[in-house]
Amino acid sequence: MMEEGADLSVTIAQIVHRLKGAHLHSQLEKQARECLHRPEIKLESLKEDVRSFLKASGWERKLQNAVYRELHILPPPGHPAAPPEHTKEPLVYMRKAQASWEKRILKSLNSMCTELGVPLARKRPVSEQKELTNKWNEMGTDEPDLSKFRPVYAPKDFLEVLISLKNPNYDCREGLTASSHWGLIQISLNVRDIPQMREAYPELSLTCSQLGIDDHAHIPPDLFESEHIRIGKKVVSEQDSAAAQQYSRQGCPTGFRAQLWALILNATNEPEDIMHYEQLKAAVIHHDLLVDNLIYKDVKLTASNDDYYFVFEDFLYQVLLCFSRDTAVLEHFSYNSATPPKSYIQGKTGAEEFTVVYPPNGVIPFHGFSMYVSPLCFLYNEPSKLYSVFREMYVRYFFRLHSISSSPSGIVSLCLQFERLLQNHLPQLFYHLQAIGAQPLRIAFKWMVRAFSGYLSTDQLLLLWDRILGYDSLEIVAVLAAAVFTFRAENLMQVTSLASAEAVLADLSTLKVMPLLQVFLFA
Amino acid sequence: MAAKVKWVTDIEKSVLLNNFEKRGWIQVTDSEDWNFYWMSIQTIRNVFSVDTGYRLSDDQMVNHFPNHYELTRKDLMIKNIKRYRKELEKESSPLAEKDENGKYIYLDFVPVTFMLPADYNLFVEEFRKSPSSTWIMKPCGKAQGKGIFLINKLSQIKKWSRDSRTSTFVAANSGKEAYVISLYIDNPLLIGGKKFDLRLYVLVTTYRPLKCYMYKLGFCRFCTVKYTPSTSELDNMFVHLTNVAIQKHGDDYNHVHGGKWTVSNLRLYLESTRGKEVTNLLFDQIHWIVVQSLKAVAIWAFPRPPLRFHFMINIHITYSPVMNNDKHCFECYGYDIIIDDKLKPWLIEVNASPSLTSSTANDRILKYNLINDTLNIVAPNGEIPDCRWNRSPPKEALGNYQVLYDEEQALSENADLRSRSGQALGSKSTRSSSVRPVPATWK
Repeated sequence: MMEEGADLSVTIAQIVHRLKGAHLHSQLEKQARECLHRPEIKLESLKEDVRSFLKASGWERKLQNAVYRELHILPPPGHPAAPPEHTKEPLVYMRKAQASWEKRILKSLNSMCTELGVPLARKRPVSEQKELTNKWNEMGTDEPDLSKFRPVYAPKDFLEVLISLKNPNYDCREGLTASSHWGLIQISLNVRDIPQMREAYPELSLTCSQLGIDDHAHIPPDLFESEHIRIGKKVVSEQDSAAAQQYSRQGCPTGFRAQLWALILNATNEPEDIMHYEQLKAAVIHHDLLVDNLIYKDVKLTASNDDYYFVFEDFLYQVLLCFSRDTAVLEHFSYNSATPPKSYIQGKTGAEEFTVVYPPNGVIPFHGFSMYVSPLCFLYNEPSKLYSVFREMYVRYFFRLHSISSSPSGIVSLCLQFERLLQNHLPQLFYHLQAIGAQPLRIAFKWMVRAFSGYLSTDQLLLLWDRILGYDSLEIVAVLAAAVFTFRAENLMQVTSLASAEAVLADLSTLKVMPLLQVFLFA
Repeated sequence: MAAKVKWVTDIEKSVLLNNFEKRGWIQVTDSEDWNFYWMSIQTIRNVFSVDTGYRLSDDQMVNHFPNHYELTRKDLMIKNIKRYRKELEKESSPLAEKDENGKYIYLDFVPVTFMLPADYNLFVEEFRKSPSSTWIMKPCGKAQGKGIFLINKLSQIKKWSRDSRTSTFVAANSGKEAYVISLYIDNPLLIGGKKFDLRLYVLVTTYRPLKCYMYKLGFCRFCTVKYTPSTSELDNMFVHLTNVAIQKHGDDYNHVHGGKWTVSNLRLYLESTRGKEVTNLLFDQIHWIVVQSLKAVAIWAFPRPPLRFHFMINIHITYSPVMNNDKHCFECYGYDIIIDDKLKPWLIEVNASPSLTSSTANDRILKYNLINDTLNIVAPNGEIPDCRWNRSPPKEALGNYQVLYDEEQALSENADLRSRSGQALGSKSTRSSSVRPVPATWK
């Protein structure tokens, strides 16, 4: 009892510490000062009156949303004696694996740098700065020579690392039996099975209405859709993050999904956000980074060839180039198992005071990275707002898809959960696929790393991401992967090679996500 | 065994040929007995002309209406729409209502247009009212963006200024081609900073009564180069014209997606960024435009009141002794629409022979399905056509088409004038509930 109280006060102290000095704090102070002129504020009941004013004018709600946001990213309370690495990732063997993976990436980046003779960072001459400023809205028309640049890594390289992960305390040498795990992941983590998912995701059940199923053209809107829309409008007008998150579990109507997501993420577009974005843009203009070429190449290879996202090519550059330079992103490394790569200023290798984080935001983009941003372009057409939402999505969810950790939303857990769900639900299919050399994870991995972006049609993808936000977890991605295999099980049982299995699962653009999930979990 | 349909075509496109073959139809030449002729627009002139035309028999169908050019020639489309509006005004129809600036509220869907050289003086008057505006010059008889250019100075069209009192007919004979000049829409809706237009397919099986169907799978064509209204880029056709034929030659043309988006993508984007209500309104207005444009030219369909003589450039006098040809016809039009940044749709032109060339794999599938769905409606069950067919295809036979307007049904339902009977397209909420702000008199 006492400990709970102690934990709570620690949490409160942490949040207060984080919000103190933030822009919201000064805004609240300003509001409190200015409201003193108002007639309803009386000296005798000053404190209560100011409080009521802040509540009535919506400022209390803003503070609530900010606290709610902090709660999301606050790591679970740890032992007071635990080192900070423990907060990033409690399991030592995972930390080690992540560290050695990072070494590999950095080595690859550095060798590309030396091979091509391109510096990691370079100040642009004034003429180039001018040119880039003029071209800012159409960087897609630029055709720099990118042939020499290779993506630093692709999802399949990362998969090999995950497959080789071993827990030194766990002996899994027993042979292939009915009770053993047939998949590629060799470690054991606590992942939810179907009964547990049912309990945790009751809003997806057959008896509960939702968008993606109950808004179908043939169903009269009075049954669910109209009421859901009415509630959605109310949630938006109340500007309540927590309510928006709960609401999103049943899907967001297209008309105000953009506002709901921004609310859930507490991603604002206030003047200070716009200014921050402009500063990042200025940083892009002044300096050229090696990773910029990786970004260009990625966009050209993925989004520019995509039927849905090619239109937004220029927005992607405007977001990703700024993202690379945003040092505010470094905050998330306190709860990310990854550590930002460090580089040394020329000539001062080894001197600690001359290290810089590279790239400035600590995130090296990989092949397909731009697909995290692309779907958001359907919702936000203002670059600073688009940026704000994407950054928050990244530091809450996407980072977990490409770092090695034991988090239930981390890619390792998702892989394991996918394999276990499929093996338990359709053992015959799983056995058949692994026997013909078509391990399911080899096909599903690329979907999960991108949270299905670029594989599903956009309207379906947005319904899926509604639930990621609603349940504050990426588990639904693993469940969907298993559901897709289940849906195409009949065809998959007929195939005799990995290539034909890939072919059966090559085109997911016609899939309807919510019925698949519902049937898999509840039918 | 049922006799097989005999088909002819002078358009060698795989999407057509594959569709005929899959139905087991037999290819013949035009000198033999044929049932189904998918012809180019040059050929249709001959079939219906006074000199070389002939009476079609009951089991023969063709894919064009004899007077399609009333809709598909840029100058005639404008003439007909202007005439239609004046007629409605004379009848004091509420559709012809104007606002305080004298603009039609419901029928202002084509940009201000003039015929050159015939209306040169009228054009100059209009030009001088807003001298900084840009105008687009289009030759009346060409397609695929050929011969189109932009102007922002009167001097650029000097050669059309003389002989302005001559009719377009005489102008053609004197070697000057007829052009239309329209106010250029310089505030198009941009997506991702890019300009685009909409291509929609509309099938008409009869004009009187009007029965038309909208293909659900239309698409947006994006310009590969960033849109800029700056005058220095007026000559850069890659910026301004969205015709695939032109875009295909730009440096950035992509053969995977071909710079095309489905209409459903457009809808999702607009709903997500602008809201559902305004998006529904936009699409309603687009459907409205299509139906009104068809009504404007319906008077040219047979059978019709007083025969009239009129002159057409390079075409024979269309007073034709061949009566009731229209029952042998159907037509699949390609409508080009531009949306401006206030979400107002504008009708740019209508094509009688929309391209059947495929620029990407998706494109091929789309056009194949378009022909397939069209044939399923006009030649039901793949049987020998009968020109007297009732033109009321069952819902299951529509494929990807949706009923846009069925005049026969609208009249027979004897519906309340304020409700949209006979018009099936509309958002879900209006089918069950009440009237929307946009005018609902469809009769």
